[in-house]
Amino acid sequence: MSIPLSWYLILAATLFCIGLYGVLSRKNAIAILLGVELMLNAVNVNLVAFWRYLNPAEMAGQAFAVIVFAVAAAEVAVGLALIISVYRRQKTVVADEIDLMKW
Amino acid sequence: MSAEQILFILVGVVILGSALMVVTTRKLIHAALWLVVTLFGVAVLFTLLRANFLAVIQVVVYIGAIAILFIFAVMLTRREQMEKGRQTRPNWWIPALLGALILTGLVVLILNLPGAERTALALPEGLDPVRALGSALVSPKAYVLPFEVASVLMLAALVGAVYVATVDKK
Amino acid sequence: MTFWNNPINFIADWLTGLLTGWHLPAALATILVYLIGIIVLVLFAMVLDIGLVWVERKVVARFQDRLGPNRIGPFGLIQPVADIIKMVIKEDITPDGADKVIYNIAPVLAATSVILLWAILPLASTIYGVDLNVGLLYIVAAGALGTLAIIMAGWSSNNKYALLGAFRMVANMISYEVPMVIILLVPTILANTMSIRGITEAQSGMWFGILSPLAFIIFLISAIAELGRAPFDLSEAESEIVAGFHIEYTGMKFGWFYAGELLHAFTFGGFMAILFFGGYGGFFGLEKLPGFTWLNFPLVQMLVFMAKAMFGYWVIMWIKYSMPRIRIDHMLAFNWKFLVPLALVVLVNTAVLNKVLAGLPNWGYVLGMFGSNILIGFVTIEILRAFGRRQRKLEENPTLQAQTQEQVS
Repeated sequence: MSIPLSWYLILAATLFCIGLYGVLSRKNAIAILLGVELMLNAVNVNLVAFWRYLNPAEMAGQAFAVIVFAVAAAEVAVGLALIISVYRRQKTVVADEIDLMKW
Repeated sequence: MSAEQILFILVGVVILGSALMVVTTRKLIHAALWLVVTLFGVAVLFTLLRANFLAVIQVVVYIGAIAILFIFAVMLTRREQMEKGRQTRPNWWIPALLGALILTGLVVLILNLPGAERTALALPEGLDPVRALGSALVSPKAYVLPFEVASVLMLAALVGAVYVATVDKK
Repeated sequence: MTFWNNPINFIADWLTGLLTGWHLPAALATILVYLIGIIVLVLFAMVLDIGLVWVERKVVARFQDRLGPNRIGPFGLIQPVADIIKMVIKEDITPDGADKVIYNIAPVLAATSVILLWAILPLASTIYGVDLNVGLLYIVAAGALGTLAIIMAGWSSNNKYALLGAFRMVANMISYEVPMVIILLVPTILANTMSIRGITEAQSGMWFGILSPLAFIIFLISAIAELGRAPFDLSEAESEIVAGFHIEYTGMKFGWFYAGELLHAFTFGGFMAILFFGGYGGFFGLEKLPGFTWLNFPLVQMLVFMAKAMFGYWVIMWIKYSMPRIRIDHMLAFNWKFLVPLALVVLVNTAVLNKVLAGLPNWGYVLGMFGSNILIGFVTIEILRAFGRRQRKLEENPTLQAQTQEQVS
């Protein structure tokens, strides 16, 4: 007996929801980025599972996953650079305290 | 229960357990290290799905670069008093409820998907996934355009990150 | 399939037969046999590591014109056992305020990331762990895990020197991964596959080290930087930051770091042998002649591979004990301003010439590749000399320096 597709999809959905919880409930900006990384990984698992189970000869799933890798790396780099830059001026990375632009 | 199913359940428990630790642990360094465990579990999952290239790239890019970047950022923005006190916002039960609702909805959707119970067929004969992925990423009939756009995106991110993070030398 | 032709599979089949004869279910028997195989491979790597301690101490002694350990056992061969006993009986200190879990996992992860590499290292054409079709990238991935171990060690020690050493070491390692990955594409292009066994089989006609000597040199430099050995050993600069990221580690935990580093050096020697010098084969077609078919036996191939890996390890040690340390900013400038552009040029050159020269007979192909590498090397040295001349003129002539400053600003 092999693994049905639904198992992979449910695993990816759970990982996505855990990441969502992390993004919405943490105070530290870096912890929020960690949640975003979990969500991106869940998306990747989903894409590759569909590639394998639907049509392995068609490379769309894997190519899409590679692009998601690239985008995630770029986003983490810029995001962390921004957080470090904000920390240098405001001396805090708690998301609620970075509120200079609020009215 | 075949060996593959047992392996999948083990890997799934590791992934979800460490993901829960990422979003609930108090010290941020520990959260970053639990993220490394999650990413490694996802790499093992890719290997189960016969996407070897993606599994290795996952370890190299995510664990070797992104996780290390996270650890550096945590070390550079650390203040002792930030780690006492609560790490989650006061109304944390709203995101938890939201997450649970979305998860339930997704699971119901997945279980009702036609063909969700299918199992994987063997890979076609003569298919070399690495070679096929390589041709797909540079072939004009396939995905060369997203590939090139992604590289321009990374160049922009590189320049932007260096500019934003540079200290002004007066 | 006899024992002499295919030892691993022969023993695996015999064991599986034995276990199912004892009425074990077939799946469990297979898993048990795999586990035994893994344990044997790890034991082999670790026993080799013990031998490497002796080799290292003898070789460093001879380079430094002294004898090395020669009291315990004949030629000092039992010395590593004495070292291990010494390390095991030392007091196991965990510093105050250190993060206990991370502190204790770091040395284990550092050694594990090296042993992981032995899974894809082929000792002979039929003695190998697994033949991954992305073997080359697996090397880089295992290196990434080693980087993580170093950061964990530096951070959890609760010590500024350890943290500094860890930062410098990690900056070093992730910078030098870039030319290494670029150069690892050169054997991929020449062999048309990323699997390690495929690359070794493709060298049975001509070594890749002859087809592309510049690639070998750049790989050697990046490998030494990845290992963190001199001249790139900023993290362990005993005279500067007192042993860097493993300051706070005592006894066997330090032993794990040390043994891991030696095994890592030997493993990279093995990879240099495989990627550029033919690995367990590479006899230039000699093994096909009658009378030389014994060259195809796995045990002979294993001896050949071990000899080549030892030679690679010796070259790494030679460089370590002959060169002074390089400063961190010089190291990084050397990487980004010199090695990466050179690696890219070598890669493009190999890719283009591989297609252009494909029609020529074998000697034309070899001559073309080798000649193009010599040409690139010559041009690089000329550029460096011109650059050096200009720097020297600027430094001897202060007014010229002021003029140049004005032009720049």
